[in-house]
Amino acid sequence: MKKLIFFALLFSAAALYVGPFLFSISISFNAKKNVFEWPIELIPSVATLENYASVWRDLPFAKWVLNSVIVTLIQTIANVFFSALAGFAFARLYFPAKNLIFALLLSSLMIPAIILLVPKFIILNEMHLVNTYAGLILPLLVTIPNIFLMKQFFETIPRDLEEAALIDGCSYFRIFWQIFLPISTPALAAVAIYTFQGSWNEFLWPVIATYTKDMYTLPVGMATLRDELQTNWPLLMAGTILVSLPTLMIFLIFQRYFVQGVASSGSKE
Amino acid sequence: MQFKSSNREQTFWAWVFLAAPMLLLTVFVFFPILFAFFVSFFDWNLLLPDKPFVGLANYIDVFQDPVFRKAFRNTVIYTLGVVPTQTLLALILAFLMNQKFPGRVLFRTAFYLPAITSSVVTSIIFVWIYSKPGLLNYLLSQIGITSNIDWLTNPNTVLVSIMMLNIWTTSGYFMISFLAGLQNIPISLYEAARIDGATTWQQFWKITVPMVRPVTYFVVVMSLIGCFQVFDQVFVMSSGGPDNASTTMSYYAYKNSFKYFRFGFGAAAAIILAMIIFGTTWLQKRYFPAET
Repeated sequence: MKKLIFFALLFSAAALYVGPFLFSISISFNAKKNVFEWPIELIPSVATLENYASVWRDLPFAKWVLNSVIVTLIQTIANVFFSALAGFAFARLYFPAKNLIFALLLSSLMIPAIILLVPKFIILNEMHLVNTYAGLILPLLVTIPNIFLMKQFFETIPRDLEEAALIDGCSYFRIFWQIFLPISTPALAAVAIYTFQGSWNEFLWPVIATYTKDMYTLPVGMATLRDELQTNWPLLMAGTILVSLPTLMIFLIFQRYFVQGVASSGSKE
Repeated sequence: MQFKSSNREQTFWAWVFLAAPMLLLTVFVFFPILFAFFVSFFDWNLLLPDKPFVGLANYIDVFQDPVFRKAFRNTVIYTLGVVPTQTLLALILAFLMNQKFPGRVLFRTAFYLPAITSSVVTSIIFVWIYSKPGLLNYLLSQIGITSNIDWLTNPNTVLVSIMMLNIWTTSGYFMISFLAGLQNIPISLYEAARIDGATTWQQFWKITVPMVRPVTYFVVVMSLIGCFQVFDQVFVMSSGGPDNASTTMSYYAYKNSFKYFRFGFGAAAAIILAMIIFGTTWLQKRYFPAET
């Protein structure tokens, strides 16, 4: 009996969390443009792939995908590389003002993103980079949480490893490149996955940094569509499903990293 | 024998390694923080060539704007509604997920799904759910409640509707944080409690809740910061309307900056919001610390 209640609770909770996605999938296959018929058809009587075709044919969707892919890929690669570099310097090297600079990084983490919007826009406007790829990409090439993650990981690597290399006359760059990076795949993967997901879903900055349709990333494009396509829900839902697929795939493949990452950020406090 | 390379050599390499990341952070994080304060003391409008110094006038104007007061009130209601609900929900979900049963990973994925999906996507899905002939009213009609509300264009329901969406998306995310905390609790505590005849309910309140206090602290701080800054959902679902009923402080700062191009005013509003966030987290640290 107790088990029954437990599973009933579990299933209804899971239904609440997954239900909206299932319904959006169902709508995306609906052949009728007007899904607002009463009673609602939870499963479409006539199913079609037409809405998915229409997303690619009738919208600048391919261009938005391209923009999102460019921005996400560059930001992901750059974050992996830069946060590894900076993390190594903070974890393994001596330099003056190290603690001061690290404290600066730490405290700027507490600054809410909203405060940076106006100044970042003014800076990019002065550089004539608003509504360009550079404007979309540059501000998020390196992020402080990723530097922390790499620093913490590098600190767990035993000293002996680099000391042996130093005796052999290795430069620090070679130590970083040939010893530290190859054994850091789990941490690098975590940075890559988080950055990928964050970049792909990022909305606030692209909304501000772009103003023509051809420069929108997928989330911005979909958000503007929602105003224009009030009536064509099947098309809109097909688009949102397509937008969600890459992050969903990444999540399903690398689930372990997601869970570990959230878990470790939670227990750090 | 000393194998360590000289400090000078290390310093050289440190600067080589840090040059690019620090340059980027300086241009896009450190400098903008200072620049935001600077801009907030000027009548800085993108559309006007002159940018006269106005001192604290922007801050005074923000406080005198009735829309700001509404945005402030909305943000407080939003935060007070969302933070406790999603924290409790996340803890309950984590408690359920910490039991041993088949298909646990599948359920965990289900609860986590909204958290990994783009906020724009979940917002669009919920626009449909909340519309007058949408899913919510349909489900209500199935259980005998006739509801003709268009949830997002009704000033009485729009804010609550967005709050519900936020709880739905983030409770699964924080569930993972709690799950990590729960797994650190020694099983022996529960075993001892069971021997003493404690019910599951008692175990939950007497063992689980006190033992995950540090995680709870973290979750509350993070969700406070998130709620104070809620933007994407408001932008997509209601554009702050109707009649500013869902205008939050970050949307207010955004609108003044990038719709009216009043950068000085917008920066002042953002700084006030940041001060409120700092104040709240400080109060929490002071009066509700992570450890007792």
